[in-house]
Amino acid sequence: MSALLELSGVSVAIGNVALVDRISLRVEAGRILGLVGESGSGKSLTAMAAMGLLPLIGGRVTEGEVRFAGRDMAGMSDAERRALRGRRIGFVTQNPMTALDPVQRIGAQVDIVSRLHLRLTKAAARARTLDLLTQLRIPDAAAVVDAYPHQLSGGMKQRIVIAMALAGDPELIIADEPTTALDVTVQAQIIQILGALVRDRGLALLLITHDMGVIAQICDRVAVLYSGRLVEEGPVGPIFANPAHPYTAALIDCIPQEGMAKRSLRGIPGAVPSALAFPPGCRFHPRCRRATETCRDDAPPLLPLGAGSVACHHAGPP
Amino acid sequence: MSAWPAPLRALRWPVGGIAGAWLIVIVAAALFAPLISPYAYDAQALKEAYGSASAAHWLGTDEFGRDLLTRLMYGARTSLSVSAIAISLSVACGMVLGAAAAWFGGPFDRTVMVVVDLTWSFPEILIALILVAIIGPGTTGTMIAIAVAYLAQFTRLTRAQIMTLKGETFIEAARSLGAGNTHILLRHLLPNAFAPVLVAAMLATGDAIILEATLGFFGLGAQPPVPSWGGMMSAGSALVFKAPWIIVFPGLAVAATVLAINLYGDALIAELDIRSKLRGAG
Repeated sequence: MSALLELSGVSVAIGNVALVDRISLRVEAGRILGLVGESGSGKSLTAMAAMGLLPLIGGRVTEGEVRFAGRDMAGMSDAERRALRGRRIGFVTQNPMTALDPVQRIGAQVDIVSRLHLRLTKAAARARTLDLLTQLRIPDAAAVVDAYPHQLSGGMKQRIVIAMALAGDPELIIADEPTTALDVTVQAQIIQILGALVRDRGLALLLITHDMGVIAQICDRVAVLYSGRLVEEGPVGPIFANPAHPYTAALIDCIPQEGMAKRSLRGIPGAVPSALAFPPGCRFHPRCRRATETCRDDAPPLLPLGAGSVACHHAGPP
Repeated sequence: MSAWPAPLRALRWPVGGIAGAWLIVIVAAALFAPLISPYAYDAQALKEAYGSASAAHWLGTDEFGRDLLTRLMYGARTSLSVSAIAISLSVACGMVLGAAAAWFGGPFDRTVMVVVDLTWSFPEILIALILVAIIGPGTTGTMIAIAVAYLAQFTRLTRAQIMTLKGETFIEAARSLGAGNTHILLRHLLPNAFAPVLVAAMLATGDAIILEATLGFFGLGAQPPVPSWGGMMSAGSALVFKAPWIIVFPGLAVAATVLAINLYGDALIAELDIRSKLRGAG
């Protein structure tokens, strides 16, 4: 199957600072790709690149290609890219608390997306909005459309944000940490909703998160980013069973497990390096238990391994 | 959370309620002056000149025997309409200028801000006097003068608001769903910037009434026989000892109205919870 969204060797820079280094990703219809990494690993920038929104924050794609449905986005005009956003690519923002306009009623904010992209009339757009809210299991949708954002809970707001992303009937949804700002029980609901959308509508979903637990719940494949580089990519099952990259293994160790109460959670020692001073060689080596002389000098290339690929000189089980 | 909109909630007893009640009385008096005033504003009765309060003239009469209550009501008409129109004009121009400055940035922003700061560095009364000297005395001149005097405030406030809002997540969200510049500016940025501007406009209206009265006092506002509070005080100033009520009542009207506007404005700020935003005006 051909990929709906395909990034091949994409590098992103803001000003002179290179932040994302030759990342390749594929998101297919009916599939969920999880993009995981710590803060500052370039996850959100990758999402911005996929939507052609980098210029807004002063960034640009310096290398590689972003292709949507087979077309290179760099070759599109601004108007064409804008027509994609909302219509064929839906975006779910990081923080639902601030993602809605505080002075507009919920209904108007969702309506406008289908009015803009599907050219629906006011009444048709409202009917569609009510339908979407009901599908997202929002109780009493008829009352919610007349509410203002501050009258809703966080989980409810996140569903509204998802409804806005769906209103233009897109093929791809990019969700940037959709559950980070929510409490745990609500997180699970939102994850279920997203999973159901992909199943029922055959959507493609690029799910950005720093939570391996979320990845394990619903993703088909996972791509692990570290300091702007892809360190491991592949199907979720094998990767969780046998992480080849020590960073992936460390991330999986960060998921709380049943029966763990007695021993404390393991963190990853050290901190994410600053983009202004990435370490030479493998960028993970200062925090890595397997690091050797080679890791300090040579950046490991991303090589195929099983059904995925990994970038590590000492790939394999620990 | 209350079902009432903020402007109504601000009418809470006692302060907001009393201020609001006075404003309603004064606005009603201004609107319905031709219907409810006991006399015509220019009806002279020289025999009754300098009369103090009586059953026929509740607030007394002026030097031409004209009924002070009537003239006070018509004066409210002049003062309030001139101030309100001037401030509306100032808000409209200030929001357009401020939003454009924040939106386009760069040299355009700097030019607008320099010009606007320039007008702000002169005392309001001086700007008003210069403009009235150019345009000529009368209500139109006064309106334009007041509008220009307060333009800087609204331009700066709107600009600061838009600058802050531009970085909000919901703007990013709107953009990521395909919204264009016009849509973002008109549907998201300006409506969100509006609440603080509204309160600033409310408070500026109080100041504008004083400025209007000052210009009227200097004979630069509404021309006789049309009454204005400033003009009435000017006439009464020569007669402070002979007939103090001629200057006292319009003076009280100005003071009470401005005080009421400020108190109501404060209540509104509390209800809208925007005190911190107003500081953006610098």
